[in-house]
Amino acid sequence: MPTDTQPAPLVTLEAVTKRYAAITALDNVDLTIRAGEAIGLAGENGSGKSTLIKVLVGVEHESGGRIMFDGEPQSRLTPTAATAAGVQVIFQDFSLFPNLTVAENITMTAERATGTVLVRNARARARATEVLNRVGVKLDLDARVERLPVAHKQLVAICRALAADARLIIMDEPTTALTEREVARLLDLIRTLKADGVAVLFVSHKLGEVLEVCETVVVLRNGAKVAEGPATDFDSASLTRAMTGRNVASEPPAPLDPTAPTLLKVEGLVRDGAFEDVSLSLRAGEVLGVAGILGSGRTALAKALFGLARPDRGRVSLDGQDIPLGDPIAAAAAGIGYVPEDRLTEGLFLEQSIAHNIAIGRFDAHAKNGVINLGNLWGEAADWLKRLSVKTPDATAAVRSLSGGNQQRVVLARWMARQPRVLILNGPTVGVDVGSKAEIHGIMADLAASGLGVIVISDDLPELLATCHSILVMKGGRITEVVPGGAGVTEADLSHKLAS
Amino acid sequence: MINRILHSTEGRLAAITLGVFVAMAILVPDRFLSPANLTSMAFQFPEFAILALAVSVAMLTGGIDLSVVGVANLSSVIAALFMSHFAGDGQGAGLLIAAALLSLSIGLTAGLFNGLLVAKFGLPPILATLGSGLVFAGLAIAMTGGSAVMGLPPAVAWVGNGTLLGIPVPLVILAILAAGVGWALKYTAFGQKTRMFGANPLAARYAAMGTERVLLKVYGLCGMLSAVAGLIVMSRANSAKADYGSSYVLLAVLIAVLGGVNPYGGYGRIIGVVLAVLSMQFLSSGLNLLQVTNFAREMIWGILLIAVMLINLVSFRSKP
Repeated sequence: MPTDTQPAPLVTLEAVTKRYAAITALDNVDLTIRAGEAIGLAGENGSGKSTLIKVLVGVEHESGGRIMFDGEPQSRLTPTAATAAGVQVIFQDFSLFPNLTVAENITMTAERATGTVLVRNARARARATEVLNRVGVKLDLDARVERLPVAHKQLVAICRALAADARLIIMDEPTTALTEREVARLLDLIRTLKADGVAVLFVSHKLGEVLEVCETVVVLRNGAKVAEGPATDFDSASLTRAMTGRNVASEPPAPLDPTAPTLLKVEGLVRDGAFEDVSLSLRAGEVLGVAGILGSGRTALAKALFGLARPDRGRVSLDGQDIPLGDPIAAAAAGIGYVPEDRLTEGLFLEQSIAHNIAIGRFDAHAKNGVINLGNLWGEAADWLKRLSVKTPDATAAVRSLSGGNQQRVVLARWMARQPRVLILNGPTVGVDVGSKAEIHGIMADLAASGLGVIVISDDLPELLATCHSILVMKGGRITEVVPGGAGVTEADLSHKLAS
Repeated sequence: MINRILHSTEGRLAAITLGVFVAMAILVPDRFLSPANLTSMAFQFPEFAILALAVSVAMLTGGIDLSVVGVANLSSVIAALFMSHFAGDGQGAGLLIAAALLSLSIGLTAGLFNGLLVAKFGLPPILATLGSGLVFAGLAIAMTGGSAVMGLPPAVAWVGNGTLLGIPVPLVILAILAAGVGWALKYTAFGQKTRMFGANPLAARYAAMGTERVLLKVYGLCGMLSAVAGLIVMSRANSAKADYGSSYVLLAVLIAVLGGVNPYGGYGRIIGVVLAVLSMQFLSSGLNLLQVTNFAREMIWGILLIAVMLINLVSFRSKP
């Protein structure tokens, strides 16, 4: 209930819990957001940040606890009700209409909400101008959104939220695709919003930004709130400890044998519009990192190396043998493996058994005249589950039933069973819990020690620094720098190199 | 125990099949259970059951093959033209075997053409096979001028009307094909890849599984199965025509879905398809005996299809 002295908080969560079947994604989370306040929500991948957002906007429903807007309890919150209460989310992809203009995008949500049937252009333009003035930004109202740079698209998304009378704007990892200068501008904008009475929930795992703009920091781990306090109480180390639950002692990778032969050689690889003139070489036993912000060309490069995209020019060779470009089957036959970025859609066959998920590349190897020896197939799968210590009662269960860390081990086992020479890992520990993460890093180190070449692409800079012998920095589709891994460089240095 | 049977798609289907059979046996006992009716049913359903088998295999990859009837007619028209051209005075058993091989290779070619459209060019299977089906039918019409090809050697009749150890030959062919396809899906690398591709085509590509080859083989197999169905139809009609069995496309799709094959790919069992064929045949024969009109019969099929899909959906959602 509102009291005379202080209005009820904009949003209150009381002991909110969300369960998906056996998994508890949110565990008794309390959270209070007041007008004009910026709260930093920190947590590793899979800690429950996204679930919290989904519950807040009514896309998912809490399994327990209470959500209140302005002190009013909301039962079975719908997206419509959340919007009406002024809660707006800006997702990483911004969810804009690329073929519409800036003005149309800004006013779309608000206009629809008024229930008007006709599109009224004059009114829309006036409204858009008003919002742009409010945040002190100049944008061409008639520009098509698809032609805008990323930072401007984000501005459009923020303005759209404001045009819909947002009182709380949730920003999901807003800085992943921004350069340093753009980040600074965004942080300024957030300060303007706060002064204007708008609350911001700033979801990020970049400590510097969180600490700079937020009064309060809330840390989630495994779905539970593990820390909350004024931003000034946190520093980089204590925030990391809260997020991971341990002191991350980065052990440098085992030194690389200087006589190790070169495995993979890439020369002048170009894919127009994605990356330019990439050359690199990978030696046996080497772990090579690739770092870059979203859109830097790192994933396009990884896919091109595995043949999922066809480069326009250049050469890729393994042990001196050229590999045909643009053919994943040829790449796999030559000994390249690829663990994709999005495990759920690109990596796994969710409804199929664990054993089948491991055996996917080995059906022909297990078959004689086309007839599969199912005994061998199951035996091999069970063997891999044991070797990678996957915790599961049986290999016949659907792979969906496993936790993120175990699922990732299944994908790793799939490739290890094919005995590759080079393994490309794109985001190897995304959505993996802390314990599994360390074990997956251990598996990577073992693979390298056994003479494989490993390429790691990751957003997680401490991960790259801890596991890689050297790290390629990608910017605008080019490799701009090679930095040593291990303790040679700090996270802040590397982060600066990526975004400057 | 009963609960567990009813929890699997095939278990429910077996119960439905049995239910339809018992209901018809009670409603029209003397005629439905008569040997004549049972035999006539056994001659009727294998041809569209084989087409349903073909559609099911395509559906297992998340695709569909709407050209099955077109392929069946094109291959049987060519086989019939071949036989009527060379037919002599004898039984023509040798000629039949040659014609069967010819029609199988036509079916394979047509199927590979579909596979090429889907795998190499990435056309959506539903549109690719809709188009190719029209092309196949058009070719058959061009060859025959739209009229039936007759003058087949006597041996042809055996395929559709003969018996082997008292069992109708079409039923024997269906049993062999169903068992063979069921076995291949489970115990061969091709079968496992087919299922995995259907479960997640993107992951199959990222796992370097060789998706194009799998799709080519799948549609090639569909084409050959369709050609076999075409031979049976030709034999039973004692002629081949460009537009025989045009209602069979939808019937085959309906049976595949009814049989529990997931239209989105990745799940399906041949036993389910066989049970679905049986329940459809019992229902349609029974309704026929009850003198229900053809129009009402199709409506009842439609109701059955939607009902089964809803039941499957509900049971899928309620899974823990």
